[in-house]
Amino acid sequence: MKKFLITLLFAPIMAFASGGNVHLDKWPGSVSDKAALQNGAKLFVNYCLNCHGASYMRYKTLTELGLTEQQVRDNLMFTSDKIGGLMAVAARSDEQKLWFGATPPDLTIVARARGEAGNAGAGADWLYTYLRSFYRDPNRPTGWNNVVFENVGMPNPLWQLQGQQVRDHESHKLEMAVPGQLSPAEFDKAVSDLVGFMVWMGEPQQEFRRTLGWFVLAFLALLFVVSYALKKEYWKDIH
Amino acid sequence: MAAGNFEKYKSDGSIGGNVLEWVDARFPATSMYKGHLSEYYAPKNFNFWYFFGSLALLVLVIQIVTGIFLVMHYKPDAALNANGVPIAFASVEYIMRDVPGGWIIRYMHSTGASAFFIVVYLHMFRGLLYGSYRKPRELTWLFGVGIFLVLMGEAFFGYLLPWGQMSFWGAQVIVNLFSAIPVIGPDLSIIIRGDYVVGDATLNRFFSFHVIAFPLILLGLVAAHLLALHETGSNNPDGIDIKENKDENGIPRDGIPFHPYYTVKDIVGVVVFLMVFSAVLFFAPEGGGYFLETPNFYPADPLKTPPHIAPVWYFTPFYSILRAMVWNFFGLDAKFWGVVAMGASVVIFAFLPWLDRSPVRSIRYRGPIYKTMLTIFVICFFILGYLGTLSPSPMGELVSQVCTVFYFGFFLGMPWWSRMDKFKPVPERVTMK
Repeated sequence: MKKFLITLLFAPIMAFASGGNVHLDKWPGSVSDKAALQNGAKLFVNYCLNCHGASYMRYKTLTELGLTEQQVRDNLMFTSDKIGGLMAVAARSDEQKLWFGATPPDLTIVARARGEAGNAGAGADWLYTYLRSFYRDPNRPTGWNNVVFENVGMPNPLWQLQGQQVRDHESHKLEMAVPGQLSPAEFDKAVSDLVGFMVWMGEPQQEFRRTLGWFVLAFLALLFVVSYALKKEYWKDIH
Repeated sequence: MAAGNFEKYKSDGSIGGNVLEWVDARFPATSMYKGHLSEYYAPKNFNFWYFFGSLALLVLVIQIVTGIFLVMHYKPDAALNANGVPIAFASVEYIMRDVPGGWIIRYMHSTGASAFFIVVYLHMFRGLLYGSYRKPRELTWLFGVGIFLVLMGEAFFGYLLPWGQMSFWGAQVIVNLFSAIPVIGPDLSIIIRGDYVVGDATLNRFFSFHVIAFPLILLGLVAAHLLALHETGSNNPDGIDIKENKDENGIPRDGIPFHPYYTVKDIVGVVVFLMVFSAVLFFAPEGGGYFLETPNFYPADPLKTPPHIAPVWYFTPFYSILRAMVWNFFGLDAKFWGVVAMGASVVIFAFLPWLDRSPVRSIRYRGPIYKTMLTIFVICFFILGYLGTLSPSPMGELVSQVCTVFYFGFFLGMPWWSRMDKFKPVPERVTMK
């Protein structure tokens, strides 16, 4: 019985311990920062959309970031000539499989897919940490490895911005061996913007959803008062 | 009070009255309205627990109406589109993004699935609290257990349709379980899948079951559940037969007409429910990753098994019972006994009316044994549910085995312990507390 009780007591703790994942840095951004989302969109189409598709997403939806259709056409539309077209990728998936060992996944809802049970928002933290955790590894065919996603097929797509990190054999810490175009702080901001864009793209109407939610709850609160008064009135003679 | 014993409507000469008289001569409109609503006498002492029956009906309507609109845009097709994404999966994202209002319809349906089980579990727990399954309501209870079984099938089939990773691998795991049945198992699992692997044939037949077959059965069972209930009359928190104490007009002294009293009361319940429902729908539609499992945002990939395949939360207690069976009895695979135990853990509810031997219905007049047993049962149900969301572990296995023993012990021991309890005298009339 004692053993049973102890087991009960510790079951949840052991469950969490068995996760055993790398510590994830908290994504510092927000989906209501339009300027950051626009910057993220720019980074996404320049650095991600060459290999990864965002094939559930239409270019036109980018106008919800405060851009005009013309701005989207001029700056962000590289893979389609129709504003209503999908942000698909030109590269063929069977070829990509040969190059990287796996087809690069579609990224439209990757921020949602990377969430976890009990913490659906963890996808943003995962992406934010992952994109900053690449290091040089001569044992990998691409020359790159990643702390969060071991033996990942993707080489560091942002290496020109970030520079090249190496991993210390003893401490397992990442160190900057060759600096990139951006300072570490600037790079963190750029990745945060990029992740913000991916979080937004996962559900472009999410801000509207929450706003609408307050109106619905306010209406229901009002309805509650009315319906409760009605019930009280009808039931006043029931004892 | 059964429908059909009411006088037909006599017109007062108005147009509406004439129409009603015409209809009444051909269809039991007045009779049904009176028998099921305005002259259906329900005990006046219903408490919080009695909201969940009408709420289950509400969620059923939500699921059917949102389902109708989802089917207009959803495509049950496992083939890949030009961008290498399964058409079924892409059509769900199309609903979420490109169909006007599609996201709200889809979230209503996905949140509704979890809400359905929450409401039904609470409704069943009410039955356990107040002995609602006891004579003469055995058939109401049996139809209810049937509804629960069909609901589980409906949810299982529906979960495959988005064709995400968890849809695919969850179906793979569950259908494979049937192959553990001796002799017929392997062929049975092929019949269910329509193929040797979960594929387009499976998706199409699950779509058919989810959209046509099971909703039809569900609606029939719900009608039977309500008809049986209205034949015997409702139980109440005191577990008293209100029909044993009638006034000179033959109306139970502790009964009040369902309409308007319980319609106005249930509206309050509906509004409160909708507030909770909307809070999830608008602010946490993934339900923290439990209502919409995050790996299901990846399209189904038959070549990539997810590291951890977890069923949706409402199946996890039964899934834990399945995993708790690790012994090969009588030369049969442990997996087979897991399936048997899982099936038994659901079906055993049907036997409650005959397992319970206490002289009183309601927990209010039962003694400490029932209260203790029920508490242990509920705790075990929660622990099993929690463990079912986790990856298998030796400790989890041991705990789920212990809980499985308590789970079945609650039912199988009931003929003895339900009789041994200390009982309080049951009052003549219902109490309003």
